[in-house]
Amino acid sequence: HQVLRIKTRNEEEVKTLQLLESLEHLELDFWINPSTPTLPVDVRVPANNVQAVKAFLESHGIEYSILIEDLQVVLDKEQQDMAYSQQRERSSNSFNYGTYHSLDSIYAELDHLASEYSNIVSMLQIGKSYEKRPLYVLRFSTGRSSRPAIWIDAGIHSREWVTQASAIWIAKKIASDYGKDPSITSLLNKMDIFLLAVTNPDGYVFTHTTNRMWRKTRSKNQGSPCIGVDPNRNWDAGFGGPGASSNPCSDSYRGPSANSEVEVKSVVDFIKNHGNIQAFLTLHSYSQLLMYPYGYKCTEPADYAELDALGRAAASSIQSLYGTSFTVGSICTTIYQASGGSIDWSYDYGIKYSFAFELRDTGRYGFLLPASQIIPAAEETWLGLKKIMEHVRDNLY
Amino acid sequence: AAMELPLSHRSVTRAAALAAHCACYQRGGPGRGLALRAVRRASRQDIDDVGRKYHLELVLEDVLDKDSTVNCTAEVLYHLGHKNVAPDVQFTIEGELKNTDEADNIFYNRIKSLEIELVAENIPDSHGNISPEMEPIHLLAWVASGYVIWQNSTEKTKFQLAQIKHVKQVKRSDEYLEFDYVILLHEMVSQEIIPWQMTVLWHPQHGVQVTQDSRQLKHASE
Repeated sequence: HQVLRIKTRNEEEVKTLQLLESLEHLELDFWINPSTPTLPVDVRVPANNVQAVKAFLESHGIEYSILIEDLQVVLDKEQQDMAYSQQRERSSNSFNYGTYHSLDSIYAELDHLASEYSNIVSMLQIGKSYEKRPLYVLRFSTGRSSRPAIWIDAGIHSREWVTQASAIWIAKKIASDYGKDPSITSLLNKMDIFLLAVTNPDGYVFTHTTNRMWRKTRSKNQGSPCIGVDPNRNWDAGFGGPGASSNPCSDSYRGPSANSEVEVKSVVDFIKNHGNIQAFLTLHSYSQLLMYPYGYKCTEPADYAELDALGRAAASSIQSLYGTSFTVGSICTTIYQASGGSIDWSYDYGIKYSFAFELRDTGRYGFLLPASQIIPAAEETWLGLKKIMEHVRDNLY
Repeated sequence: AAMELPLSHRSVTRAAALAAHCACYQRGGPGRGLALRAVRRASRQDIDDVGRKYHLELVLEDVLDKDSTVNCTAEVLYHLGHKNVAPDVQFTIEGELKNTDEADNIFYNRIKSLEIELVAENIPDSHGNISPEMEPIHLLAWVASGYVIWQNSTEKTKFQLAQIKHVKQVKRSDEYLEFDYVILLHEMVSQEIIPWQMTVLWHPQHGVQVTQDSRQLKHASE
């Protein structure tokens, strides 16, 4: 059945439609009856009479458009939507992805995702933070044995709240899209994804309880009243070089030695033990940047051309959704020289596809991004991540 | 001789940010803040015994109305050697900026008629919220911080206002509004969060003025 919208221009056309209305054998169902030329007339026409009615309108020069091509399709979808809605409510998941959560709340949701989508999601602990909090990674896998895998982490700098929030949204997205979205389905049929949503849980808790602007870990520094190490200056890549501080009170303090921070060491050990990580993707905020190595030196990586092209393609995907523009380049040329960074380590370790994202915004709110922007930020970031992961899937090495 | 620079290069984005902060300070108010939207062109020139000069073509946007943009050409000169001399910034804005007289007068009268001086903290709050009444207070800080940022910028810094920690209105007998702010500045290159005190004067016809400012000490626990 089709629903037609008829635009009458004058009283004469209204009268013509009223004549049509009187033809009972056509079984027309007027949703808006013809009464005045100023209102459109909407009418449902049974399938076998559609041709006749259209011919009638055309022969009288009456304009119409097709409001609904196939009413059955619309009705089926509505049924589906209602059933789905009811099912979601029954599974009593009331996690609001559009707001910022405490660590406990995020951990509870990670656990919930692992049980709701237990066929493809499992939760593993890769270590403990300085203050003994678990470091939980979600594994997305459709296979049993070890497969080539993608690594994604967020929240290495605790004040960058949009990253932990985006990570949990992304987790939900991957889990619920498997089997529905062709891209993520084909990806997971070939590779695993590992997601560390809160890389620095001690710092994250501190941003909730004491100092919203805390960046570092919460480890004690010998001989100093100042606490914490910048976990993204602590990796074994150009460690001790320019772009990291040797002062424990600094927000870019590199730490006493590479991998001194248990949060960093746990990730390094996991990656090394896995042995087949093909991409290392890390989320930060803010500035809207998509960067590849190096940070510790301003020279181009060997794979510069491929990484730059892939970065641009990913930035383009990101922009396609809400117009958000991400600048692409190496860390050193784009923001600053910084030693001991995670993607420099992963790249030099042999993980070619190493990228660091800096999410919204460009400084208006900075770290204090309004919660209303979480989901849009996560959605657009996801498109960028997907673009990179698809390329990896098609270029395993 | 001037050398063209790639628009995404860190030296360009730092100079552009600085130029935008200056433009914002000169032209902004509680009803209008300007932010950098894009860099269209950039070149650099080394001037012997003087310093390094950047020529920039920028697009600035009104933070309250993203569709409202203006073109801006700017020159930023970082002085050689002198650590304590602010860079020279010259700029011209092409086109009209939105008139904010009505909003300015409403805000002015609202504050002038407060019986108890305004006091507030943490704007935006941890979740990024700014209440509508505090929006002009936030914008005023955004504009005023442009001055502090300008005075303290070098080729190796990129500042942004991170948050207003504390603001207190100071009643005056003359026509000006006065606010005492403690703000947090985020310095991108060092990643430090720097508390800064600034005294801000404003009047609808006389613009924004920072009359006093000082860097605050951070405690070991922060």
